Amino acid sequence: MSAVLDVSNLSKSFGGIDAVSNVSFSVAKAELLALIGPNGAGKTTCFNMLMGQTKPTSGTVKLNGETITGMQPRKVWRKGIGRTFQITGTYASMTVVENVQMALLSHHKRLFDLRAYAHKQYKSEALALLELVGMQDQSERACAVLAYGDLKRLELAIALTHDPILLLMDEPTAGMAPKERIALMQLTADIVEQRQISALFTEHDMDVVFAHAHRVMVLNRGELIANGSVEEVRNNAQVQEVYLGGGSLYHDEEQETRA
Amino acid sequence: MNITRRWLLAGVTALFAFGAGSVTAQEDSIKIGEINHYKRMAAFAGPYKLGIELALAEVNDAGGVLGKNLEFIFRDDQGKPGEAVKIAEELMTRDGAVMLTGTILSNIGLAISSLAAEKGYVYLASEPLADSIVWEKGNEYTFRLRASTFMQASMLAEQAAASGAKTYATIAPNYAYGKDAVAAFKKALLALQPDAEFVTEQWPALFKIDAGAEVQAIERAKPDAIYNVTFGGDLAKFVREGTTRGLFEGRKVYGLLTGEPEYIDPLKDEAPEGWTVTGYPWYDFTDGSNKAFVDAYLAEYGERPGIGSLVGYMTVQSIAAAITRAGATDADSLIKGFKGLDVETPVGKIHFREQDHQATMGAFVGTTAIKDGAGIMVDWEYKDGADYLPSDEEVAKLRPSK
Amino acid sequence: MGLFVAQLLTGLANAAALFLVASGLSLIFGVTRIVNFSHGSFYMLGAFIGYSLMQVLPGAIGFWGSILLAGLAVGLIGVVVELLVLRPVYKAPELFQLVATFGVILVIQDLALMIWGAEDVLGPRAPGLKGIVRIMGEPVPKFDLALIAITPFVLFALWYLISRTRVGVLVRAATQDREMVGALGVNQSWLFTGVFFLGAALAGLGGAIQLPKGGADLLMDFNILASIFVVVVIGGMGSLPGAYIAAVLISVLNVFGVAYIPQSTLVLMFVVMAVVLTVRPYGLLGREEVAGEHGQVGEPDKPIKPAGWMARIIVLIFLVALGFLPFVAEPFFTILATDVIVFCLFAASLHFILGLGGLVSFGHAAYFGGGAYVAALLVNYANSPMELAFLLAPIGAGLLAVIIGWLCLRLSGVYFAMLTLALAQLVWSLVFQWDEFTGGDDGLVDIWPSAYLSDSTAYFYFTMVFGIGGILLLRHMAHTPFGYALRASRDSVRQAEATGINTKRVQWVAFSIAGAFAGLAGGLFVFSKGSIFPVELEIAKSFDGLIVVFLGGVKTLSGGVVGAAALTLVQDYITRFEYWRLALGLLIIAVVIIAPKGIVGSINALFRYRFTRGGDEVKE
Repeated sequence: MSAVLDVSNLSKSFGGIDAVSNVSFSVAKAELLALIGPNGAGKTTCFNMLMGQTKPTSGTVKLNGETITGMQPRKVWRKGIGRTFQITGTYASMTVVENVQMALLSHHKRLFDLRAYAHKQYKSEALALLELVGMQDQSERACAVLAYGDLKRLELAIALTHDPILLLMDEPTAGMAPKERIALMQLTADIVEQRQISALFTEHDMDVVFAHAHRVMVLNRGELIANGSVEEVRNNAQVQEVYLGGGSLYHDEEQETRA
Repeated sequence: MNITRRWLLAGVTALFAFGAGSVTAQEDSIKIGEINHYKRMAAFAGPYKLGIELALAEVNDAGGVLGKNLEFIFRDDQGKPGEAVKIAEELMTRDGAVMLTGTILSNIGLAISSLAAEKGYVYLASEPLADSIVWEKGNEYTFRLRASTFMQASMLAEQAAASGAKTYATIAPNYAYGKDAVAAFKKALLALQPDAEFVTEQWPALFKIDAGAEVQAIERAKPDAIYNVTFGGDLAKFVREGTTRGLFEGRKVYGLLTGEPEYIDPLKDEAPEGWTVTGYPWYDFTDGSNKAFVDAYLAEYGERPGIGSLVGYMTVQSIAAAITRAGATDADSLIKGFKGLDVETPVGKIHFREQDHQATMGAFVGTTAIKDGAGIMVDWEYKDGADYLPSDEEVAKLRPSK
Repeated sequence: MGLFVAQLLTGLANAAALFLVASGLSLIFGVTRIVNFSHGSFYMLGAFIGYSLMQVLPGAIGFWGSILLAGLAVGLIGVVVELLVLRPVYKAPELFQLVATFGVILVIQDLALMIWGAEDVLGPRAPGLKGIVRIMGEPVPKFDLALIAITPFVLFALWYLISRTRVGVLVRAATQDREMVGALGVNQSWLFTGVFFLGAALAGLGGAIQLPKGGADLLMDFNILASIFVVVVIGGMGSLPGAYIAAVLISVLNVFGVAYIPQSTLVLMFVVMAVVLTVRPYGLLGREEVAGEHGQVGEPDKPIKPAGWMARIIVLIFLVALGFLPFVAEPFFTILATDVIVFCLFAASLHFILGLGGLVSFGHAAYFGGGAYVAALLVNYANSPMELAFLLAPIGAGLLAVIIGWLCLRLSGVYFAMLTLALAQLVWSLVFQWDEFTGGDDGLVDIWPSAYLSDSTAYFYFTMVFGIGGILLLRHMAHTPFGYALRASRDSVRQAEATGINTKRVQWVAFSIAGAFAGLAGGLFVFSKGSIFPVELEIAKSFDGLIVVFLGGVKTLSGGVVGAAALTLVQDYITRFEYWRLALGLLIIAVVIIAPKGIVGSINALFRYRFTRGGDEVKE
């Protein structure tokens, strides 16, 4: 089985403090992989290094065998990684559907088109993606007035615009009601299944993780302390200690809401 | 929908503004468009305007010109040439002005002069000094009243040549007027005294002089004499630093325009002593037309006249005489009226030359001194401008062929 | 050696006033994020008030007392300005406050003229310090030595205030994180007022303390502005020691510049700045600006849609009506309308990067004037036909924008703005001082259009085609994929970069396009006026552009055009009056306070409120 994403010995230190140290793992095709860990464990730093927002101190990242370490995010995106963020960063001055159209325009390399009307381009594709994430009825609303959970779903639609081979989802269900979370993760699982793409996500809600993830990795203080099936991780003594010490493994603590 | 409203709003605003000023000009007077930097250069434009108003009252009391009253429309150009051009158009096409006059700043004078030639308006450049207004950029429609940079610099060069000084330092604001003034002085001095040497040239940025540094730089060159073109706040700072640091001790200094009340009065008792300058010794006239003008001005306004007052007064006199001589107010007639015109003024008879449209108004040259806590000129003499203009052949070479 | 030391001392003495004024600007910016254009006016007021006090108060105590009182008085004036003018608009879009401070400049200019008259005043000399001391044989004024001694004390006092007192801790905290100060339970608005007092007082002190080296005049306010901006930027915004080092650096270099390259003193300062910012983009002691995670500050813009058919028809009718103007109005109105259209195009080009791109350029006049100069130089030296020169105006200006944009876009936010200002000033000083080529201050004249356009009416139609055409083209671009990419780069750089958008390149292209259209406006301008002068490249011209864009409404599509038309027309009318600057200044301040979203933004908001009762589905 060839890995879609292959990460080896990835490290990052900020001013002498190791945020992530020697993390190695791989993501298989059509795998839904969860990365969990307490706050400050280094999950977001890890994601940032995968997609190029942060340059690693050492280590390599390979996508389908090609090294993409330290590449700029926009180039990584073109290689086929789509990403959603922990704190959303959609275009507040555009409507929901325009946000998706913007990504489609980028995908079709029409950013420097100075003639066509942007709002007429790829509209049906954009609406189809919105329908997929259940946002079609809000397509003409201004992004600035959306509920946070809806922004998360919009980001997912945007991340899917270029038919990625790998999805990186940082806290995809933050700000959602429990029912919505389950629905969104079910949707993600379906997408992974149908489109045969891989997805790596971080999540605080362990119900969500254990219900949907094919495999779970646990990060603590920048180090990978567990990597295996849901059952294996659940029963891992070290993991339990980390969670009993710092937070809760089964409780949902919504700590990182919108800034 | 909001775009609609926005455009409507803009349209209404525009129409309102267009309608607002549609007062038709009255036909019972001859109007002259006067453009100046009333705000930007208030200290200079103020006395100038008073001089104009004094002369206007006299002209109109005496029956006006061509049987009508002479009227000036004063407009402020904010010191912007583009604005001045717009105002000039408005004055000529809407307010019914028959010709244009005004400006102190040379660049605005040049802008209006160019417009005048393009559109066929007559323009009397009253105060701007740039030589190019009548020479390199001269045109058929533009005349100039005041003694130009070249003329005044030549007067000082004549004095300098007689002083025996060999090495010179120059200090002038780093813009067109300063450069013209230095070039003219050099040319005139070297013609009279070929062995004169210019050991340093200082070019402080206009109104941003670093006086201490300038004084040190000049002192370093150890010149026999200094030629100064700075004015306004720059002059004050230069004089103070120079005096404090002893720059002027044992040196001859020649100051262009330094003796004009607008420039020397702010210096009060710190005015430099013993400089040879051009200026306007209004306090020193004992008789004649100069005295009569000063008395009338003092009686009317109760404040001292500046050089601007004199120029403003003479501007009206020149225009009135030109219109009377022309007998009509169309451009062609006015040009005929100005060319070769002789006007009796407070400084004597002046002549608008046919070859370059420059008037022969001269300047007062004297030595600075301090009296009652204020800078004045002593041992002054009026130099007729006609004696300091280049020969006709040279002028013909300077002016563009038509 | 003696001369060298003397020159060094002169430079240090000159740095005193510059440091005082610049440190005030730096403090105000650091805490309130307000770019205070009126800081030069505080400096001027300090000089005039100090002068008046010195006439009354005798002796050395009177002299030094006057300086302190002048600082105090100007500080209080600063408080009045802050309370009356700025406090009502803190919630307005970022940098909107600079429009209000511009209004303050105009008001103070006319008030100073009313109170102190038009004539320059020469400052009195410092009692007891009139003479010189000989150092290594070179004369050094005693007052210079006093200044050199005083400045470090002021710096130390400020440093103590900032780093050792509770107020100072709050100021520092506010410089780094304003929300945090609010969270600490500190009344933020009084902190702002206090900082404004201190900043203005420092400017006033600077104005009063330089009196013995010069005096007071009505042009001081603008004359010092560029220098203090340069000092603040070189030192690092918000850094007091940085401001001191930069003031000394600029002043000392200037003294040696005067001695060795007297022709190029103006250029020198901006070259130093460009070099420093190339090596240290945030100034000598400045910190990297922590940009917000989501681009713009404040309420996000509303979504835009191309105009509907109704709006298009109305615009068309308006344009046709405008086309009939020469037939129904006096000839002058076609000239005025030409001016209005040219300025509208200039404003629209600035609005393109400012509104859509969120890129605040403080030096947009460089491209307007640049385009005009390209055309004028071609006509002047190459005798190029008008049509060719006109065509090359936008191209030349666009190329200038390509270069300047490349240099500036490495920075963002206010640093970007300051660097555009500095480079525009560099262009200005080159044009101003290289008079063999550019004509310097006397400009280039006799740049008239071809014969068939020499009539004002013909040129009006020419301007309509290219000016309004340009405006519509810019407007169209806002709706194209490129316009969207530009807005995306403004709204969220992170998201844009994470979806394949090269935000810097998009912004660079947009900056160049804006420059080219400003150049087009410059080309139209130069042939309508027949001449071009460095004033069209000045800071004031750039400020004019900024002001109309903000006044019109930065977050609306037509804000720049409406603001430009309104201001030009109001100005044309109001300048006929004696104290027009006072009136215009008050008008600008009134608009700023009543309509903090700008003219168009506020009208939109009004209608939106009336007709939709606060719904969120309103389209532009």
